[in-house]
Amino acid sequence: MSDPLLALQGIGKSFLGVRVLGGVDLEVRPGEVHAVVGENGAGKSTLMKIVSGVYPPDEGTIEFAGAQRHFSGPRDAQRAGIGIVHQEFNLLPQRTVAENVFLGREPRRRGLVDRRAMLGRAAELLASVGEGSLPPDTRVGRLGVAQQQVVEIVKALALDARLIIMDEPTAALADHEVGQLRALVRRLQQHHIGVLYVSHRLAEVFDLSSRITVLKDGRRVTTVNTDEVTADQLVRHMVGRELSGYYAERAKPDERGPVRLAVRAGGNRILRDINLQLRAGEVLGVGGLRGAGRSALARSLFGVSPFTTGAVTIDGEPVRLRSPRAAMRAGIAYVTEDRKGEGIVAGLSVLDNALLASRAVRPGWAGRGARAARIRDLLAAVELRAAGEDQDIRFLSGGNQQKVVLARWLALGPRVLLFDEPTRGIDVGSKSAIHDLVRRLARAGAAVLVVSSELPELLGLSDRLIVMRDGRIAGELPAGSSEEDVVALAVGTTRESVG
Amino acid sequence: MEIAERRPLPLRLRRFRAGSLVPIVMLLAVLLVLIAVRQPNFLAPPSLLSFLGRSTPIILLAAGQYFVIVSGEFDLSVGSLVTAQVVVAARLIDSEPSRTWPVVALLLTFGILVGLINGLVTTRLRVPSFITTLGMFLILVGAVYLWSDGAPKGGLSEEFRRFGRRAFEDVPGLGRVQYALLVLLAVATAAVLLSRSDFGRTLVAVGGNPRTAELSGVRVWRAKTIAFVLSGLAAALAAILLGGYSGVSFQAGAGLEFAAITAVVLGGVALGGGRGSVFGAMLGALTLEMLFALLNFYGVSGALKSTVQGAIILLAVAVSSVRSTSR
Repeated sequence: MSDPLLALQGIGKSFLGVRVLGGVDLEVRPGEVHAVVGENGAGKSTLMKIVSGVYPPDEGTIEFAGAQRHFSGPRDAQRAGIGIVHQEFNLLPQRTVAENVFLGREPRRRGLVDRRAMLGRAAELLASVGEGSLPPDTRVGRLGVAQQQVVEIVKALALDARLIIMDEPTAALADHEVGQLRALVRRLQQHHIGVLYVSHRLAEVFDLSSRITVLKDGRRVTTVNTDEVTADQLVRHMVGRELSGYYAERAKPDERGPVRLAVRAGGNRILRDINLQLRAGEVLGVGGLRGAGRSALARSLFGVSPFTTGAVTIDGEPVRLRSPRAAMRAGIAYVTEDRKGEGIVAGLSVLDNALLASRAVRPGWAGRGARAARIRDLLAAVELRAAGEDQDIRFLSGGNQQKVVLARWLALGPRVLLFDEPTRGIDVGSKSAIHDLVRRLARAGAAVLVVSSELPELLGLSDRLIVMRDGRIAGELPAGSSEEDVVALAVGTTRESVG
Repeated sequence: MEIAERRPLPLRLRRFRAGSLVPIVMLLAVLLVLIAVRQPNFLAPPSLLSFLGRSTPIILLAAGQYFVIVSGEFDLSVGSLVTAQVVVAARLIDSEPSRTWPVVALLLTFGILVGLINGLVTTRLRVPSFITTLGMFLILVGAVYLWSDGAPKGGLSEEFRRFGRRAFEDVPGLGRVQYALLVLLAVATAAVLLSRSDFGRTLVAVGGNPRTAELSGVRVWRAKTIAFVLSGLAAALAAILLGGYSGVSFQAGAGLEFAAITAVVLGGVALGGGRGSVFGAMLGALTLEMLFALLNFYGVSGALKSTVQGAIILLAVAVSSVRSTSR
C-alpha cells in the first residue's frame, strides 16, 4: 500500500452559520478511483470545492503529495497538481482543442505563440489517454459532450495534475459515451493519477471505483472497499435518517375521485415515455435525483417546456399544453421552485403579485371589485402574514411569499396544481403551513402533484409516489414506502441490475 | 437584538418607496419658489398656462415613454419620429386646408405603425430595444432627408397649425386657454387610467420580472409591443402640436427622446422597468421644462440643456441604484 496522494482530516465548513460539512476524513491513493456518494445536499460539492481550492476549510487539514496545503484559490490548487472537471465545462467553444488545453500558458518562441509545439504537445497528451484520434486543431464547439470532457481532462493533465476531481462526469453523457469515459479513467489510473469521482449513479460507482466514501448531512458515514459492499447497503448508508415532522392525514380511498390528468407516452428533449394518471383529491409525489427530470415533468405539464410527443387529457378532454397560458386555460397551476426568479415580482405589492394571473387571463374593468375581494379572501385563507396588501412582496418571508403565489393560482380555481419544491427556502414553521395547504387543496378536490427533493416531505405528503431517473419514470411506490425504496429507485439499484 | 442598522444614505433618501411621488413634487415646489423669486409674474395664470401649453408635447412624450420604460425597454426613436411626422405633414398638406384631417389621421397611423415595428422587432426578433429604436431613429432621419431632398418642402395649413397655436380667448379667471391644454388634460387622464388598469399593472409586472409574468399567463411580447405603440401614438400627438407651435424643420423633434427619458427618470420611474407611475413621469416632464425655464431666467445658456439632462439621468439612476442595493 502506497502513501496517500491526498489526505483530508477533520474537514469542516459552515456558510452563514449553517454547518454544511463537519469532521470529514478522506484519503486518495495514487492510481486510485475514490468515489464520493450521497444525497442532494450531503455536502459532496462543498467538499470538492474545498479540495480544489475554491473554499478554504473552516476546520481540518489538507495534505497533498506529502505536504500540508492551504490553497489560496483554485489556481493555487491547480499549480499544486489538482485538476477538476466540472459538470458544466469551462471551455471556449470558438477555440481549438490545443488552444483550450494551453489557455493562458501557450508555449512560446521569441515571444510569439509556438503553434506547432502547442499542437504537438496536445496531440501527445491526447494519445497518452488513448484519444489520439482527436485532432488537436478542431474547434471545441464542434465536439460532442464526451469529447469536450476529454479536452477538460487533458487540460488538467497539461497542468501536471496528479489528482483529478470529476464532478458528476456522466451527467451529460449518453449511455455509449459512458464506456469511453470508463476507458479514459482506467488510463489515468495507469499513469498513477488519483481520481475523486462524485456521482449519483451507483452503477458507475461500482464499475469504476476501488473505494467509496458515503456522505450524509455533511458528515462522513463510512468509507468502504467497493467489492465489499452491495448497492442496497450503500443506499441505506446514504439515507438512514429518522422520519420527523407532522403531516396531515392522507386521502382515504373514497376521497380519491376520477382520473383528472392523464399523460400517455409523453416525451420531449429531457423526458421519455411518461405515462401517468393523477386523480382528483390525491397528492402524487415525484421523487428522484436532481436532473432526473422531476422539475422537467412539472414544467412540461405547465407548458414551459412542453411535451413534443404523446397526449395529455384533463377530465377526459384532450388538451394541448403549448404554453403556460394554455396550461392555465386548461385548469393547471404551477408553483415554481425558483420563487425569486420566476415566482414573485419583487418591487410589486402583495396585491399586485396575487392578482397577476387573474389580470393576465381575465382582464377588464368589470368585476374588478369582486375580484379584489376574492383575492383578499384567499390571502386570508392561506393565512398570509404581511403588514398589508400594499407591502412590497420582497420584504415578506419565503413562506409568506409562497402563500401569495399560491393565492394567485387559487384565484383561477385550478383543477390541477403542480408544486415544484413547495417548501424550498422556507422556515420550519411555514413549512407545515404549506403542507397543510397542499393537503387541504387535495381534499377540496384538486389533483395535486408535488415535486420534492426532501424525502421526509415527499413521503409525508404523498398518497402515491413516482420516482424519476434519467428522464423516465423509474417506478411507482405506494404511501408508506421507505426512504430506501425511493433512493433505490432513484439511483437505479432495483428494476435494473447494477453494472 | 442590538444590532445598529447601517444607514449608508441619509434617511431622507431611503424613506420614500421607490416610485414615490414625494421627491418630484418637492423638487417642483423648490423650482416654483426659485422662479417666484426671480420672475414673479411667471406664476400668474396666463403665463403659467402658456408655459403648460408649451410643455405639453414633452409631457405627452414622457407619458408614452413611461409605458415603454416601465415594461423594461427604451424608446429612442420618438424624437426622430416627431421630426419625420412634422416634415411629412408639411409636404403632404402643402398648405392645402382640405388635406388637414386626412393627414392627421395618417400621422396617427404612422405613429402606431412605427411603435408596432419597434415592439415586434424587440419582442419577436429579440433585438434589445436600445438597438431597435436607435436603428429606427437612424432609419427615420435618413428616410426623411431622402424624401425631402435635404430641405423641408411644402407647408402646414392654418387648420393644422391651430392645434398647437390657437386657444379659447378670454376664459374667465384664466385668460387664454390653449387647445393643447385640452389635449394634455385628455391624454393625462387616459394615461393615468390606463396605468391603473389591468394592462397597466401587468406592464409593471412585466418590467419587474418578465419570467414571473410569462409563467403567470402574461403574453409578455404583446404587452411590450402595446407599450411601444402607445409611445408611437404619443409621438404623433406631440408632433401635431409641435408642428403648429414651432413650425417645420429637421430640428422639430431633435433631442426629444432624451428629454422624455430624462423626464421619466426624474419622475421616479426605474430604468429597467418594474417601478414608477405615469403621473410621476408627466410631473417629471413638467419639472424638467421648469428647470430649463429657470435656467433661462438666470441667463444660463440654452446650450447647456443636454448637459443638464445627462447629469439628471446619471444622478437619478445612481441614487436609485445605490438605494436599492443598500437594502
